[in-house]
Amino acid sequence: MKLRWGFIDVLVVLYALIPVLWIVSLSFKDPSTITDGSLLPTKWTLNNYTGIFRNDDFIRGLINSIGIGLIATFVAMVFGTMAAYAIARLTFPGKRLLIGFSLLIAMFPQISLVTPLFQIERTLGLFNTWPGLILPYITFALPLTIYTLSAFFKEIPTELERAATMDGATPFQAFWKVIVPLAVPGMVTTAILAFIFCWNDFLFAISLTSSSAARTAPATISFFTGSSQFEDPTGSIAAAAVVITIPIVIFVLFFQRRIVAGLTSGAVKG
Amino acid sequence: MIGEGGRGERRLALWLCAPATIVMIAVTGWPILYSFLLSLRRADLRFPEDQEWIGLANYATVLGNAYWWTAFGVTLLITVVSVVIELVLGMLVAVAMYRTVVGRGLVRTVVLIPYGIVTVAAAYGWKYAWTPGTGWLANLLPEGTAPLTQQGPSIAIIILAEVWKTTPFMALLLMTGLALVPEELLRAASMDGANRWQRFTKIVLPLMKPAILVALLFRTLDAFRIFDNIYVLTNGAQNTSSVSIIAYHNLIGGLNLGIGSTMSVLILISVAIIAFVFIRVFGAAAPGSEPR
Repeated sequence: MKLRWGFIDVLVVLYALIPVLWIVSLSFKDPSTITDGSLLPTKWTLNNYTGIFRNDDFIRGLINSIGIGLIATFVAMVFGTMAAYAIARLTFPGKRLLIGFSLLIAMFPQISLVTPLFQIERTLGLFNTWPGLILPYITFALPLTIYTLSAFFKEIPTELERAATMDGATPFQAFWKVIVPLAVPGMVTTAILAFIFCWNDFLFAISLTSSSAARTAPATISFFTGSSQFEDPTGSIAAAAVVITIPIVIFVLFFQRRIVAGLTSGAVKG
Repeated sequence: MIGEGGRGERRLALWLCAPATIVMIAVTGWPILYSFLLSLRRADLRFPEDQEWIGLANYATVLGNAYWWTAFGVTLLITVVSVVIELVLGMLVAVAMYRTVVGRGLVRTVVLIPYGIVTVAAAYGWKYAWTPGTGWLANLLPEGTAPLTQQGPSIAIIILAEVWKTTPFMALLLMTGLALVPEELLRAASMDGANRWQRFTKIVLPLMKPAILVALLFRTLDAFRIFDNIYVLTNGAQNTSSVSIIAYHNLIGGLNLGIGSTMSVLILISVAIIAFVFIRVFGAAAPGSEPR
């Protein structure tokens, strides 16, 4: 019995790891051996990595990804925390409507926004700028933050705020001084999920940008062509894929327990 | 609820919800309306002077187009096949994560790796793995086969990439459902002589139905908008476009806003129908509507 589950465990681990090991291995292969098709590199090199870090577009893409992701996450967290608190604690008309509306956005086909946003952002001068990507990212991160945070808020006992308001605190003080400090673990989790969503996005990133001014790292990679037309970009793409993936994977593994709680409480994909 | 100050509470709630609501409406509401209006116009950025209201003509163009229906069929095929595989595989992984004693932490951690990986990065991994010469998987195939240059094998690889990436998410959702099944019930059933399969189908599955439906609803709608994997793996070559890919090419390559918007509206309608079927026909509880 134990053995059988052990066997399935091994399969699960292989399932998750082999595709990752493959792309890592590809990124360490020397150009002369990149087409040898072996699972492990026969001739190791770091050139693919030094190459992409000398590529200005990729560096720029990383900066864009980090900047845009952090700003969008921050704004979505502030707005999301406010709305989630109202949903978890207050009675007000239109609450179900707000929940339904954010659910609608969570399930929304993003491509349906791409065409109109492309045109609207060109008119407003937001096309190919940071705010042009930050706005849709905030919008799609909001349902996630609202759902996950309101689930976390509901777990904090109401008595705490009641005691605070009895002692003369305003509802805002009760929220800011009592609830927020207790909700920090949940908020960290939510922020990570929101950031992963922004970091992962590709559709908006290639549709609403036209140069490295705002193009994020995943979009930049898809424009890699190699330094000359005779050079195959496989090694650079693999190295870049590893670079944009590893930090997130380490993050996810480090906060594993919390992320599982966050993903399942919100039941919204990040 | 805090306090009994009804009106004050309502006003506070309004202020708290306002920023989030305004952003969500501004970024989705107006564009959707705009997209609907554009879909009724001839609006091709290559011919800016030639714009006029043309009623439903764009809809006739799209719905009468074989490429659209191929893309629609491919999208449905990918959605149905990958969600079914994910459900079965996800259930297996969920049970493994739930029941396993040895290396529990390791499995629960490792299974999150596909979730954490940027979809585009993973898609490049799959692409190179199946490229003849370069890839270790392609080299297992008979000499001279290039799976990503044929429709059937390409779709199979797209499904593989999709399944690999999203099964962990499915497994996590299912595992929370699994945790709701009372152990005593299973023990009682096994004392009454129910075997493992009977306990699973007669007790576990019915109790997990709500969790399964929510997971299926989310994954179906998510799979229906598939874009990143196809963009990297085939970019829609050999009739492997999804509806999202074809709408994207219409906009960025074709610069035809009218047709692109028509496709946007049609995709939106399809997604609404899928959600409606899940919620009304199968009775999936929309998350957030749970009684408090």
